[in-house]
Amino acid sequence: MKFKSFLIKYGEIGCKGKNRFMFEDALIKQLRLAMETVEGQFRVSKERGRIYVDAESDYDYDDAVAAIKTVFGVHSFSPMVRVEEKSMDAINKAVVEYIDTVYEDKNFSFKVDTRRADKDFPGTSETINCDLGGLILDTFPETHVDVHKPEVMLKVEIRNNINIYSIEIPGPGGMPVGTNGKAMLLLSGGIDSPVAGYMIAKRGVKIEAVYFHAPPYTSERAKQKVIDLATKVARYSGPINLHIVNFTDIQMLIYEKCPHEELTIIMRRYMMRIAQEIAKNNENLALITGESIGQVASQTVQSLVTTDAVCEMPVFRPLIGFDKQEIIDISEKIGTFETSIEPYEDCCTIFVAKHPVTKPLLEKIEKSEKIIAEEAEKMVATAVATKERILCKAK
Amino acid sequence: MRVYFDNAATTAASEGVARIVEKTMREDYGNPSSKHIMGVEAERYLREASEIIASTLKCKEKEILFTSGGTESNNTALIGCALANQRAGKHIITTGIEHASVYEPLLFLESLGFEITALPVDETGHVKLDELKKSLRPDTILVSTMMVNNEIGAIEPVEEMSKIIKGYNSGILYHVDAIQAYGKLRIYPKRLGIDMLSVSGHKIHGPKGIGFLYIDEKVKIKPIMYGGGQQRGLRSGTINVPGIAGLGQAAKEAYDNFEERIAYVTSIKDMLIDGASQMDGVTVSSLKGNAGAPHIVSISVEGVKSEVLLHALEDKGICVSSGSACSTHHPGISGTLKGIGLRESLLDSTIRVSLCELNTKEEAEYFLAAMEELIPQLRRFTRK
Repeated sequence: MKFKSFLIKYGEIGCKGKNRFMFEDALIKQLRLAMETVEGQFRVSKERGRIYVDAESDYDYDDAVAAIKTVFGVHSFSPMVRVEEKSMDAINKAVVEYIDTVYEDKNFSFKVDTRRADKDFPGTSETINCDLGGLILDTFPETHVDVHKPEVMLKVEIRNNINIYSIEIPGPGGMPVGTNGKAMLLLSGGIDSPVAGYMIAKRGVKIEAVYFHAPPYTSERAKQKVIDLATKVARYSGPINLHIVNFTDIQMLIYEKCPHEELTIIMRRYMMRIAQEIAKNNENLALITGESIGQVASQTVQSLVTTDAVCEMPVFRPLIGFDKQEIIDISEKIGTFETSIEPYEDCCTIFVAKHPVTKPLLEKIEKSEKIIAEEAEKMVATAVATKERILCKAK
Repeated sequence: MRVYFDNAATTAASEGVARIVEKTMREDYGNPSSKHIMGVEAERYLREASEIIASTLKCKEKEILFTSGGTESNNTALIGCALANQRAGKHIITTGIEHASVYEPLLFLESLGFEITALPVDETGHVKLDELKKSLRPDTILVSTMMVNNEIGAIEPVEEMSKIIKGYNSGILYHVDAIQAYGKLRIYPKRLGIDMLSVSGHKIHGPKGIGFLYIDEKVKIKPIMYGGGQQRGLRSGTINVPGIAGLGQAAKEAYDNFEERIAYVTSIKDMLIDGASQMDGVTVSSLKGNAGAPHIVSISVEGVKSEVLLHALEDKGICVSSGSACSTHHPGISGTLKGIGLRESLLDSTIRVSLCELNTKEEAEYFLAAMEELIPQLRRFTRK
């Protein structure tokens, strides 16, 4: 069957009271953006609490399904057949054709579920169910009815048009991007941060990202990898502004002047400061990191407290209670894992202490930082001023 | 300033090469296997390239087998020869400093039941001839060594090895990986006693994706590619006319004004070796003048990771290679550097500078100045 339309179902935003139109409009906008990546012409429209995606030209079904699956706010969706002519004859004809082409093997149980929203249409939902059920049984004798656990639930909606569908494809859930403000993701080349960005974007937050580049200790390939990751996340979150900050000088300064075992924690504090600065300048309201308690030395509760202390903005850590494998599972699902594990020559290891502090004390770290504070502040300003910005758009 | 010092990795195609490649793609694009005029015209390029290459090696045209490059040449020579000669024995000798495109096919052959012996080298990277003598056995069927080492530029005693091998048993075949040697040395396989010789196009200003294997007409090998029976059935697949025409042109240019060009490249190499040797804590593993290949200099810098130095040089517009692949990703750090007994601390601190005639003395001076400037800076930040 060549479906020409998809019915989009949105769970959570359906109950948003007077703001509902705003969520729906955002969802329509995101659907339009997603459909732009699919070859062909599509129309996304809203009609009485329903959102439809209609193909207006030839298109690839699998590509269209994959695109809709990336749109947050879509709870589920169904490929459907629309009947323009509102008569029982037209419905009968369409239902027979639908069953015949969608289900090659007719040996299944089914139930017809009619919604007669247009009360001018003759009959009742119940009588139409019976008529259509009888018609299917007569036309396809291998089928049988099961009203409790049908294998095929054939939905017939009688509205301005008549919609016929039976397949339900799960969407990603969440809320449409653009309905919940903007936040700045600290993006590294690892597995966690792209997943963290994905999860916050899923709640409708528009995201930007910041990456700390440390040439010659990190290579151009490492930078390209981060751009690739941002581009992959952008498939879900929409285009991401990626800010690339040169971090070498600050890293060197810390390395030379501060206790070696505190290097990573102090480094992270400066990364937060810089990210926060760029976030403020770009109307971001919060920071996002991929931290998970205890994963590495800089992610113990004590370390998180110490890095958090430099932040005025809230820091969202959506992976905080996740195990590594759970994070990997999501990264595989959203397609960032393959890129995250690309080996590139990471020369940063020379800076990592063999035994970094795992339970830093805020007072002690602040004291160590004092030595470099003045110089570092200037470097932070320079780093912010000289940052590069790349717009990462899904291809 | 952009300085390309990575000519052992690949080279810029010459103008002549680019021109003939375009011509054979856009105008004379026929398939040499076609019977019509377009096929005949295309075949002319094939014949001409074979003639040029044969003349550089002083061999017959039919002894040249075109391949997709160095890796395929090595694979064809090793696997093809082993399969064709396994009745005579299953012992193969190689060295511990070979390129992956030699030792990986040999590991594959090992998994098929062949036995591999890897010869050690001395501190200058030359194969120990005594060890070769000791390793030869009645069931040895093949010896494979490189001619110029790709990491340090050592020139292997190919002729002496051949004499030892053939003196022991004239039936043993000798394959030479000349990928870093062709165009840098004069190579006459028949005089040197070489039975098979691998060459790659893009190392000599030719196109990528093309190379050849010289196979002495007396040598029988089994093909590793089967299909339409092109190239006398030894390598099926539509003839890569643009690649072959480009390779022929590159081979011609490589041996035009040969002595003069090599002397020039060698003089830059010697400048680099002299300059780098004087630096504090710097070890050069390549030999000056004709004792080593004209184009490769291996430089180890105590206390600086090669990746970091590479990116710092990159920042100044200089492109070099790290002498060995980063140890974190490749547990088998460079066989060559280990093989010549380079100190453990230098294995991950070695860069390779490789030249061609397009490089200049100004570039060498610029490079040396950059090294003088960067080394002390980078040494400040080594792992505590």
